[in-house]
Amino acid sequence: MTKVGIIIFPGSNCDRDLAEGLVSTGFSVEFIWHKNIELPNNLDILAIPGGFSFGDYLRCGAIAAKSPITDAVLRFAKGGGYLIGICNGFQVLCETGLLPGALVGNVGLKFICRQESLLVENSNSIFTSKYYFGEKIQIPIAHHDGNYIADTETIAELEGNGRVVFKYLENPNGSINNIAGVLSRNRRVLGMMPHPERAVNKIHKSNDGRSLFLSLLESFR
Amino acid sequence: MKVRVYVMPKDGLLDPQGQAINIALINMGFAEVKKVRQGKVIELELEETDKILIKNRVEDMCQKLLANSVIESFHVEDI
Repeated sequence: MTKVGIIIFPGSNCDRDLAEGLVSTGFSVEFIWHKNIELPNNLDILAIPGGFSFGDYLRCGAIAAKSPITDAVLRFAKGGGYLIGICNGFQVLCETGLLPGALVGNVGLKFICRQESLLVENSNSIFTSKYYFGEKIQIPIAHHDGNYIADTETIAELEGNGRVVFKYLENPNGSINNIAGVLSRNRRVLGMMPHPERAVNKIHKSNDGRSLFLSLLESFR
Repeated sequence: MKVRVYVMPKDGLLDPQGQAINIALINMGFAEVKKVRQGKVIELELEETDKILIKNRVEDMCQKLLANSVIESFHVEDI
């Protein structure tokens, strides 16, 4: 069974939703406390869930990115490991340097929690192979600091190499080029602000997040 | 010894908080306000007196944690 390690920080609050989404799509999961310095054996994927790690103190994700577990996470990524960071997890991945850019306050200065339309900009990644290019999907967002920024060269590089995987149809937060999710250079690390784990089952308004988890699962078969 | 670290959004970066403060000030009648930028101040108390050593250490802290070079600039002052 494909096994996902979910890292938990004080203030993480989407860890169980993410576990449920993963289990319902065929993964096994193991929770990992941020104070550990080693990852469990036999992990196929690492996930950093949404929430408000360390109360968003200093900058969103900044303190979590310096946790005792971070060195092990960096080693996992350097060894070619697959990682997904959702919402606060995306912020943490940017703060660790595993993903470029940063997430700053929404332009409207408001916390936004609602269903959002996204466009799939790259369906060739291991995270998005079950979508088709240009597909319009519905996935909720819930953030105050989802405004993705990076310098002009970085944005050009991301756009030019298919590293932007999701874009907002209508920009809710001011992100450059409507960017909602990006890949690392080796395409094995995904960070995204929308919550696919909140769009996976019957009680959710949309099930469009399932394809992301199923894409990932298939890449391990 | 104490030092104060000033962390500011980089020039040219959109600063929605600064903009909101700017608008509020203008609405209050402070029409002369042309631009507001909001950053943060972090005070550190250190068990060290060597100023050069402190400068190097605090700059290291800024680069590693206190500021994010993608979006922020910083400078350090003695108190």
